[in-house]
Amino acid sequence: MSDLIGILFVLSGIAFFAAGSIGVLRLPDLHSRLHALTKADNLGLGLLCAGLAIIDGGALNAVKLFLVWVLVLAASATAAHLIAQQALRQADK
Amino acid sequence: MTTTTQILLASTTLLLLTLGIGLARAMIGPSLQDRMLSVQLLGTGGVAVLLLLSPLLAIPALIDVALVLALLAAVAAAALTRREVDDV
Amino acid sequence: MMAVQLWQLLDLLLAGLTLGLGWAAVSGPDLRRSVVFFIAFGLLVAVVWARLRAPDLALAEAAIGAGLSGALLLSALRDEPDAETSDDVRGGPVAALVSLAGLALAAAFAWVMIHTLGAADPVRLADQITAQLPNSGVGNPVTAVLLNFRAYDTLLELAVLLAAVLGILALGPARTPYRAAGPLLDGLIRWLVPLLILTAGYLLWAGAHAPGGAFQAGAMLAAAAVMLRLGGHTIAGLPRPPMQRILLTAGIAAFVLVGVITTGLGLAFLQYPGGWSGGLILLIEAAATLAIATTLALAYIGGRPAGWVSEGSADTTTKIGGRD
Repeated sequence: MSDLIGILFVLSGIAFFAAGSIGVLRLPDLHSRLHALTKADNLGLGLLCAGLAIIDGGALNAVKLFLVWVLVLAASATAAHLIAQQALRQADK
Repeated sequence: MTTTTQILLASTTLLLLTLGIGLARAMIGPSLQDRMLSVQLLGTGGVAVLLLLSPLLAIPALIDVALVLALLAAVAAAALTRREVDDV
Repeated sequence: MMAVQLWQLLDLLLAGLTLGLGWAAVSGPDLRRSVVFFIAFGLLVAVVWARLRAPDLALAEAAIGAGLSGALLLSALRDEPDAETSDDVRGGPVAALVSLAGLALAAAFAWVMIHTLGAADPVRLADQITAQLPNSGVGNPVTAVLLNFRAYDTLLELAVLLAAVLGILALGPARTPYRAAGPLLDGLIRWLVPLLILTAGYLLWAGAHAPGGAFQAGAMLAAAAVMLRLGGHTIAGLPRPPMQRILLTAGIAAFVLVGVITTGLGLAFLQYPGGWSGGLILLIEAAATLAIATTLALAYIGGRPAGWVSEGSADTTTKIGGRD
């Protein structure tokens, strides 16, 4: 039963990754693509980590997975900010 | 192979496919920032693939590898976007 | 779908993506675009190593190939702004011949791999290593090979690294420093750098019984130094130059010291005395970690940092502008 819930989480996480990919491809502007990218990072990875933690069941692994998610959140948010800033600078030139 | 493992394996393959599609943006561009954000997607996706491979291959250390990849994700973006002191 | 077919599909996808990224990295005139693809290539190769059940290599590739190499290449590009498009992209018959030769080589290599890996009764090095593992003092076979069975090779690798950084230091003063970071990047650096240092320590310690080791830990510390420099801290966390010199040679010094002592005890050079292997390996790895970190950080800085040469010599300051 817990496996089923975990799998549902994992699959929805991958759905968000797919949404992020399609967004990166289809959206018209760099800044809107950055929005799509960070959805994949936050929700996609978050749901994936939650699902894997449920499937695996161990406490140490769950903490590690949570840590990975938080690190990716912060790092990718800052990276998106840096990319957007550089794009704005180049647009102003 | 249990059903869970099969589904996880299929999910990993699906995820890689998604990442490949996302890399098309890196090919098209047009600007360097577009390519950079596509690589960011690959970075986070790579973390996800490693986390999925860990139970599939029964190698717990792959979570550590995912941790390392997550930590270094921002370094490449910073290297591309930071300006030197005398840059315009 | 059968499990085997699913794995094959996964492997095919991974291989195709890797080849595609590799091709994209070397095609096209814009070198910055090539570097971005090279970073992506490094990320994917880390996943490939993981798929091939090599977590130590995956760690090293993630730390060095995905993070540091990209930063180094971009730094090199900055020094030569007119090289941002490579003008000598050759087309025509030469390119076709070279491509064909490359393909032929790759095909021959693939044929050799398939035949040797599928051989009927192979002698497997891995079996011999596993047999000797209890005598090595560590539980991780990769560490056992690097620091015990083939310790001499690791000593020479550290010497190669030292030679490379000496070459870089001889070229000139350090590169132009970076602007001070804004609040967001500064906030990231404030917790990322301590976390990288902590992870480096963990990898060093865990290298004895789990994937990890001196190279991975050193690369993590170097990534912390690169982050600091990108955030505007010009020193990049390094100590003052006299200490830098000591750190650069620490790895080789530890190896040679242990080797000389073992020779003095009547054993072979670097033949660890029984029971001492684990402790000696940890000692050498700790010194090597610091040496590798300092080497890579100085390589990224790109030249002699401020204060490298003592007062009264030709250059004592970092030239703003960076070019001699």
